Amino acid sequence: MALEPSYLEYAKRREGYDHDLYEWSSIFSRSPVGWPGGKSVAVWVCVSLEWFPMTPSDKPFRAPGHMVTPYPDYRHYTAREYGTRVGFYRLLDAFKKAGVKASVATNGAIAERYPQIIRDIVAEGHEIIAHSTDMNGTIATGLPEAEERALIDRSLAALSVAGKKPSGWLSIARSQSWNTPRLLKEAGLTYMCDWANDELPYAFSNGLINLPLNHELSDRQVITVQQQSIDSYAQQVVDAFDWLANEAKSHGGRVLPLHITPYIVGLPYRIDAFEKLLEQLSKRREAWFATGEDIVTSWRTQQ
Amino acid sequence: MDTVQRADPQLYDFKPYRARPKIVWPGGKQIAVWVAPNLEYYELDPPANPNRKSWTRPHPDVVGFSHRDHSNRVSHWRMAEVMTKYGFPGSVSLSVALCQHHPEVVADANRRGWEFFSHGIYNTRYTYGMDEAQERAIIEDSIRTVREATGQTIRGWLAPALTHTTRTLDLLAEYGLHYTCDLYHDDQPQPVKVKSGRLISIPYSLEVNDHYGFFVYNMSPRDYADALIRQYQRLASEGEQSGTVMCIPLHAYLIGQPHRIGPFAEVLKHIAADGRAWIARAGEIADHYYDHHYQEAVHGA
Repeated sequence: MALEPSYLEYAKRREGYDHDLYEWSSIFSRSPVGWPGGKSVAVWVCVSLEWFPMTPSDKPFRAPGHMVTPYPDYRHYTAREYGTRVGFYRLLDAFKKAGVKASVATNGAIAERYPQIIRDIVAEGHEIIAHSTDMNGTIATGLPEAEERALIDRSLAALSVAGKKPSGWLSIARSQSWNTPRLLKEAGLTYMCDWANDELPYAFSNGLINLPLNHELSDRQVITVQQQSIDSYAQQVVDAFDWLANEAKSHGGRVLPLHITPYIVGLPYRIDAFEKLLEQLSKRREAWFATGEDIVTSWRTQQ
Repeated sequence: MDTVQRADPQLYDFKPYRARPKIVWPGGKQIAVWVAPNLEYYELDPPANPNRKSWTRPHPDVVGFSHRDHSNRVSHWRMAEVMTKYGFPGSVSLSVALCQHHPEVVADANRRGWEFFSHGIYNTRYTYGMDEAQERAIIEDSIRTVREATGQTIRGWLAPALTHTTRTLDLLAEYGLHYTCDLYHDDQPQPVKVKSGRLISIPYSLEVNDHYGFFVYNMSPRDYADALIRQYQRLASEGEQSGTVMCIPLHAYLIGQPHRIGPFAEVLKHIAADGRAWIARAGEIADHYYDHHYQEAVHGA
């Protein structure tokens, strides 16, 4: 018994990646970047604002945070809605208090269902990042190209009620097909946040920019998946900030993404600690609180 | 192999952790500490192995791939600088195709005086289902590739994604490799029973591997650092009776994240300052063991 001979053939074993989506470089050998006002750590708060239909789709897989029980899952549907109605407004207030401009990765369905939220986000100076249609709008290889294109268009059309077309994109569960970078570029988007392989923006081969949204330092990963406390989460963020601020002294500006979720960090017993964290970071002289678009714009002018 | 042999492939003899010959590490040290960064390449669109899926999601698995790609763009250097600062050389578990894909990473490790052993061609190509000729091909490929890229001759093996066959260890010994990192039955090096030549197991670790710390036990960065220090304190203390080995197996994309590297740096600082540790490469530990303890372990005093 043996494996097929092709299993020991390596057609793409060559210098650089085994794909042509983007080129390799080390963050430590690029020209250093600096952020406006002489700041060295861009703190990018990115909120995922999601609507979960009570009828989850498993194609290609069920999105994280989606329904759990047999239909009707009132429990999870309403607990997620709590985040949108209550938790998100706690966050907006917290941002106002700390003087933070954030990005809100928003499902198109939020704009269709709750236009008031979009008005509030825009009025308070935050950015809207397109975050697909709803939590059944997951992209993956297997989704026909025409359907993927239509899904991107639907999301952008719904979110354009903000008066401005989003320039950034976040996929559900960061899942993409082989076509996604091309389709996002064709749809007129400037950047996406799906690839967590770096800590600065970088360009894909087709000109689309990837602004990495870290995979592990999110409230979902730390609190929901790994079951750590909000205090531990806040400690980890501060540890990360300290490290990056120090590294920036010799290597140039860094980005610290805080990827958060209203129904996780916006709960009464967690929000105080999160507010305290924002306050603590906002007092750091190295910190530049910025939206994704601000970071991408500043980075582009330095390339 | 019959059923009895399959149930226990007779890899080593049973030896309880009591009244063992005394191992003393160079300089009279009680514990040999080695750090094993996994420098890996995962393919974005690997072929399927009938026994194990590479990625959980349809290709491209953006999270799976890009998380690991962080090592080769950002976190390798962050991790390596901390190790260098506190005087810890790496013994690298290497996906040897990294020599082709990102030679800059391999050259950086080589410049720092790190040792390389093979972790297969890619961490997305598994040994399950290979016949003997195919296994020989990946061993020969590993030896040749690392030699050409670094000038070093590999002396050890950690199976790609920990996928083995029951002939792997015999083949490693036949090719003259000195140690395997795939057996987790002891806190000291141990002879491994092979058909020809000789081979020892060097303690690697699943339990204090950063992957287990963060993804199996869901530890916070500070909890993981605390676990490493406890592991060290206990093994250093037991090493007074007979020298022990502590391995710290790492993946830059995990330990080199900005929220984790600070607490980890404190661990290396602690070990470096303690005084009981022989900070070594895997090959040096193997050499000392072969020179001073192997004969006795195999044939008795």
